[in-house]
Amino acid sequence: MSQQYDPTKAVSSSAAYPEVSYVHHMDDKSFKSRIKKTTIILSVLTVCELLIGYYLFVLYNGGEPTTSFFTLFLKGTVCIMTIAKAYYIVSIFMHLGDENKMFKRTIYIPLILFVWFITAFLYDGNSFKNYKNDYDPYFKSTTMPKHDMKQKAAPAAAPAKDKPTLQ
Amino acid sequence: MEHTTIQQKNIKWWSGGKSPLNLEYGKGMMWYFLLSDAFTFGAFLISYGVLRFSQNYWPEPSIVFSSFPGMGHANLPLLFVSVMTFVLIISSVTMVLAVHAGHKRDKAGVQKWLIYTIIGGIIFLACQAWEWTHLITAQLPAIVDGQLQLIGQRNGINPWGEPVTGAALQTALQNSSVHNLASLVSENHLSHLSHAELMTTSKDQLITLIDNANVTIRETGPTAFGGIFYGITGFHGFHVTVGVILNIIMYIMTTNNVFEKRGHYLMIEKVGLYWHFVDLVWVFVFLCFYLI
Repeated sequence: MSQQYDPTKAVSSSAAYPEVSYVHHMDDKSFKSRIKKTTIILSVLTVCELLIGYYLFVLYNGGEPTTSFFTLFLKGTVCIMTIAKAYYIVSIFMHLGDENKMFKRTIYIPLILFVWFITAFLYDGNSFKNYKNDYDPYFKSTTMPKHDMKQKAAPAAAPAKDKPTLQ
Repeated sequence: MEHTTIQQKNIKWWSGGKSPLNLEYGKGMMWYFLLSDAFTFGAFLISYGVLRFSQNYWPEPSIVFSSFPGMGHANLPLLFVSVMTFVLIISSVTMVLAVHAGHKRDKAGVQKWLIYTIIGGIIFLACQAWEWTHLITAQLPAIVDGQLQLIGQRNGINPWGEPVTGAALQTALQNSSVHNLASLVSENHLSHLSHAELMTTSKDQLITLIDNANVTIRETGPTAFGGIFYGITGFHGFHVTVGVILNIIMYIMTTNNVFEKRGHYLMIEKVGLYWHFVDLVWVFVFLCFYLI
């Protein structure tokens, strides 16, 4: 390979690939400050996530998980923080942010599928649960949390009257 | 010369004559492999989401992951997994430094940072091994078929259901064997007597000890919990293992001057991409299993 070109004239350190002219190269100082900054951001985000996780634990008081708007809001915040962490890892550590524009598109456009993937499948799982609760009394009686049963007993009884029985 | 500059300004898309993605082939292919691997992990994590959404009850992570090596029964939610997360983030940083040293063709630097990365990976795997062993061999109280049993988290069964209280708990404890009650008492250090001595104690006394200590006793949790947890963290652990092996190979190749003779350290960059991906996946596994 080395006979085909003169490495001393090569533009980049990737001298074995003369067709690649674009190399995200930076001097030591700016590289170090960039990595330091990213590490700090990732650590701070992780600590925040852990604090929220611990706060949820305190909220449940070591026992019964409850679903309220507030807990869902906290969990949503953790999800957004995770996406921010993923962005920093991919963009800085994996250098995707420095790559060719076309190449970036070939990576992130397929990832858009995840939006449909998550929405549709979670909706599907939820619908499966609702059907089981409606048509499988054994499933409902054995798996429904007791503290939820008490709260939901009254409103659940009302629409049951209107529903035609399956037999 | 002027002509060329004008032409380049007008061309927005690739028009031949140069590398379209302006990227080394092997690196691009590593990216596409990682893209496909992201979908594999995504499929696993979403199947976990579907199973969780299709259940009326799912245990909270802080109930499950609350132990730390050498701390016995102390309740320390999320502490151990945060250690694991930081180990992986720091090993990712050392990998970035190894890749950077490779760009500068600094052999000693590459070797140094690769060693740190390998150590980080091995620590992570050791942590995971401890966590799995702890969960599988745990002796946690659960009401199985109306009586007390001490079980760990397995594929088919796990003790992470709803807490049993009041009359239901008393009936279940009355139906349980003296052996299991004695095991629960000695496991939670509720009495200074040995297990053999506790076996000779009456059932009522043992139940009183358990009642007074307010031990949380749960039903069995959703069957899918164990399988999906071991499946996904195991698949991730397998990726970490492969990453550590690749890093060791890179270290040996660096030491043997393979990259020095080749004139570039681009292979380190490709393995680095894989290693960062392992870290990236852990970020999501951490979110799905330990935080929400």
